This record gives sequence, C-alpha cells and structure tokens, in this order.
Amino acid sequence: MPEQLVFAMEVTLNGLMAGVLYALVALGFVLIYKASGIFNYAQGVMALFAAMTLVGIMNGQVPFSHLINAIFGGHITHFGWTVPSFVAILLTVGVMVLLAWMVQQFVMRHLVGQEPIILFMATIGLAYFLEGVADLMWGSEIKTLDVGLPQGINLWIDERTFEIFDYGFFIDNLDLVATIIAALLVAGLVAFAQYTKQGRAMRAVADDHQAALSVGISLNFIWVLVWSVAGFVALVAGIMWGTKSGVQFSLSLIALKALPVLMLGGFTSIPGAIVGGLIIGVGEKLFEFLVGPLVGGATENWFAYVLALLFLVFRPQGLFGEKIIERV
Amino acid sequence: MKDMEEGYITEDGRTIGGVVMEMKNITLRFGGVVAIKDISFDIREGEIRAIIGPNGAGKSSMLNVISGFYVPQEGEVWFRGAKRPPMRPYEVARQGIARTFQNIALFDGMSVLDNVMTGRLNYMKTNLMQQALWRGKAEAEETENREVVERIIDFLEIQAIRKTPVARLPYGLKKRVELARALAAEPKLLLLDEPMAGMNVEEKEDMSRFILDVNDEFGTTIALIEHDMGVVMDLSDRVVVMDYGKKIGDGTPDEVRNNQDVIDAYLGVSHD
Repeated sequence: MPEQLVFAMEVTLNGLMAGVLYALVALGFVLIYKASGIFNYAQGVMALFAAMTLVGIMNGQVPFSHLINAIFGGHITHFGWTVPSFVAILLTVGVMVLLAWMVQQFVMRHLVGQEPIILFMATIGLAYFLEGVADLMWGSEIKTLDVGLPQGINLWIDERTFEIFDYGFFIDNLDLVATIIAALLVAGLVAFAQYTKQGRAMRAVADDHQAALSVGISLNFIWVLVWSVAGFVALVAGIMWGTKSGVQFSLSLIALKALPVLMLGGFTSIPGAIVGGLIIGVGEKLFEFLVGPLVGGATENWFAYVLALLFLVFRPQGLFGEKIIERV
Repeated sequence: MKDMEEGYITEDGRTIGGVVMEMKNITLRFGGVVAIKDISFDIREGEIRAIIGPNGAGKSSMLNVISGFYVPQEGEVWFRGAKRPPMRPYEVARQGIARTFQNIALFDGMSVLDNVMTGRLNYMKTNLMQQALWRGKAEAEETENREVVERIIDFLEIQAIRKTPVARLPYGLKKRVELARALAAEPKLLLLDEPMAGMNVEEKEDMSRFILDVNDEFGTTIALIEHDMGVVMDLSDRVVVMDYGKKIGDGTPDEVRNNQDVIDAYLGVSHD
C-alpha cells in the first residue's frame, strides 16, 4: 500500500477521534437549544467550571480560599485530604445540578417568553460570571487532571498496524476512551429521551410549552433538568479536554470549536452534533495533511469556520436541522 | 330550571350529579380591558356544558381561567368542593383538568402514540433511577399506562395513524389526537376550546359523536366553547352565553334560545 495512503488513514482515524471531542461539546449546546430555544454561550465555560471543580475536589482544595484568606487573614488553601476520582466526579455532578437549579431560579425563570437574542445575551453574562466564580473558587493556575484514564500511545494498535502496513499508527489511548465514553453518553441520552417519563416530558417541552403545561408538565422542573444534563455533558467534555491539555481558562474557548460543528449538524439534532463533529474533526486533519503543505500549514485554525461559512450559504439549517420554512 | 341541589335528569334520561366546578364572580382584566366581568356559573358532574357567545365575548378567556393559564383579579374558583388557590397551569392539570386548544397544541416532533402517552405523565410515579435501570416497576407502569392509551386510541378510531408523526396529519385528525391526549389523563373535567373550528360538516359530525360518546362511555364532565350554534344546541345539557365579557344567559339550550338578550347579542342589536 502506498505510504501516503497509510498516512491518510492514520490522519483520518485521529481526526475521527478529535471529532468526538468536538461533538461532546456541541452536544451540550444542542440539548439546551432543543428544550428551551436558548443558545447557551456558557456551555464552554460550564465545561471549564466542571473540570476545575473536579480537580479542586480531588485535591482537597478549599473553595474560595483566596477570598477567605483575604478577609480573615489566614493561609488555608487545602483541607489536607484527597478525594478518590469516582467520588469527586459524583460530587461534581451534584455541583453541576446545583448550578443548573441556580441558573434557572435566578436567571432564566425571569426571562421566560423573551426574545431569543435576550436569552442569548443572558448566557453571555452567565459565561463571564461563571468564569469569574471559577477563578474565585479554585484559583487561576493551570492544573493537571488525572482521573485515571489511560493516556499515551496505544501499543496494541501500533503493533498490529505495523504488522499490516509496516508502519505503526499513533493512536492515543485517551482518544479511544473518549470515543467509547461519548458513544455511551449518546446512547444513554437517547434512551433517556425516548424511554423515560422525564425524557418524554423534555421532548414535549421542546415542542410546545402550552401543550406541555396542559398535560401537567412543570416547565421549571424540566428546564432545571435540561441544564443539569447539559452540565453533566459539560463535565464529561471537561474531563476529556482537561486530561488532554490541562485544566486552564483557554478550555472555555473549545466552545468556539463547537460552533462550526453546530452549523454543520444543525442546532436541533443530536445525531447532527455527532456527525458534524466527526466531519469537522476528519476534515480539518485531512485538509491539513493534503493542502496544508501547499499553503504553509496552520489550516486547522480556520478550516472549520470556512466550512461552516459554506454551509451557512448553501444549507443554513445544517445537515440534520429542522428545515426553515417561511410562510408568506 | 329545576331544583339543582342534588343534580337533575336530562331530557335524554342521563343523571347529572353535583357541582364539580363553580366559578364565583370572576373578573379578569388585561390592563384597562375587562375581558370577563363578574361572571358566575357552575359545571356539574357528568354534564356537557357549553360556553357560547359572539367573537371577543371572553369565552376563551374563561376557559383559560378554568385551566389556570389566566389568573382572575377577582372572584373564586371552586373545584370539587374546595376553593382553588391561584395555580400554575401544570398544577391545574395535575388536579384532573385536561384541555384542548383552539389552535391545536400538539407535540409535532412526536408520533401520535407518544403524544397521547404524554397525557399519562402524571400517572407515572417511578423515579428517574428506576426508569434509568428499566426494572420491574417502571416497566409494569409503562405497560399499564400504554393499555389505557391504546384503549383511547381505539375509542377515537385513530389506530391507523398510531405511529405517524402528528405534523403530517390533516387538521381534523390533529384535533382528534389532541382530544385523545386530553382523555388519556382521565380528567375529572375536560375543557374543549372550539373542538370543531375549521372542520367540514363530516368532520364536525364525527367530532360531535366522539364528544357524546366520551361523555356517555366514561362519564366525563365536559365544558366546551363552540361557535357553531347548531352543534352546541344539539350537544350540550346547559349553556352559558357571554357577550362583551358579561353573562347574558344560562340554562338549557331551549331556555337560552328563547332568551331575548341572547337573540339580541347574536342578531346585533345596538348596545344603548
């Protein structure tokens, strides 16, 4: 087999797995958008906040320690214990549910029936607020996150591919794990939406508020639920990205990578978010591999956005989005 | 009208029971506009009660007050012998008041079956964990509710479209699915907002038959708003007539038909 083709295969595989991570972030957007029509700009910051909270709890950090020390003049920073990762993840889920409740109670509840642009702006405010709170709670230094996920080259794949192609593929174990977890997460979400009472209520609210009320669904409860689920997805994304590149504030920028994914897949489709993520992941890696050398590289920075722009021109609803029909 | 303390017997021989819902001196304002002005009436167990009136009379507002979508500024709402505090619509629904909407409010993304199943949400008591694990109780519950739903689907003759997404259905069938969803909640009081609006004669006949059958078969108490006078007079046991937010008539169809105020309102005598 020609060397170039083997390279391309490896690049494609790596692209697919990068795409899974994009899809994970995009998924959080889709969930909230579907159920409440809110484009949640804060999704990326939620992933950051979740990852920081997880690290903080695992390391036994005292939340708001800077603030406490500044007021009371102490020097406490750590409780002096460490929490096993599994317990810490459960606690973080609890924090994300609490956050969801607070967002609904103090922000979204008061904006019911407002224009989408106002809701969007509220989430921008939320993003900055949450970033500030994350800073205040856990400090701004870069932290490493290790919940025990395997990392580094997968030797099995390396050896097998070496036997076949005489060239070993470099596939990161973490990417493999991320793919499996993402698949489980999506399967879980679909099952939840299709087969549970709350899932059915969630779909009902997404469709028609009045009708949902008339069958006895509390919109407030469902929105807290949706924000909780989005918070959970943010936590998963935060763990993956945080393990990969450290927990730092630039993590909130991965939300920007989710935008082209959403434009491709459509804002209202869970399968769309996944397929969109995969296309962008593979597309930008292959483009870099094939075209990058001709134009001096660094195409990964802009490829996704140009692709999204093309979609906006030719298919604004995305691949799977609801068709926009304008009645005159 | 006959003595109403313990109910009455209708012309076609059905027994109507005590008061299920009583509206006492309801007044509803939107800013300076008075939509409902000091209206009182009751709805009795097992009866078909109609609210009629010209456009803008406040009929839909009245239905929205009953179902909790509007909260009146003055007056009391009594349901099953207890005064109802101001409630959100979903709480009203949980008390056993189901409704349909004038402009059909269905869940377009779902199949007919799923739409009707949402009517059963309040009968499902298992928690999230039990459902997530899909064990025993949750499964039994789903089956049990599914049976009720299938019975209603049979009853309203929509078996053929069970799996169809509702967005694809014609108007008349959508109305029927909406009725099915409301019925699935096994309501103590069923509110129908213009169940026959926009239908052709055949569809209207079908719908009338279903309303009568529902009342007959399940003993459901029904309050409905309708424009088509002929239909209303045929269907209902008692009629409230509204005009400009006020009640101008209340009684059996015959009594209402001969009421001078009602005749004036419909024929458009000047209000001076």
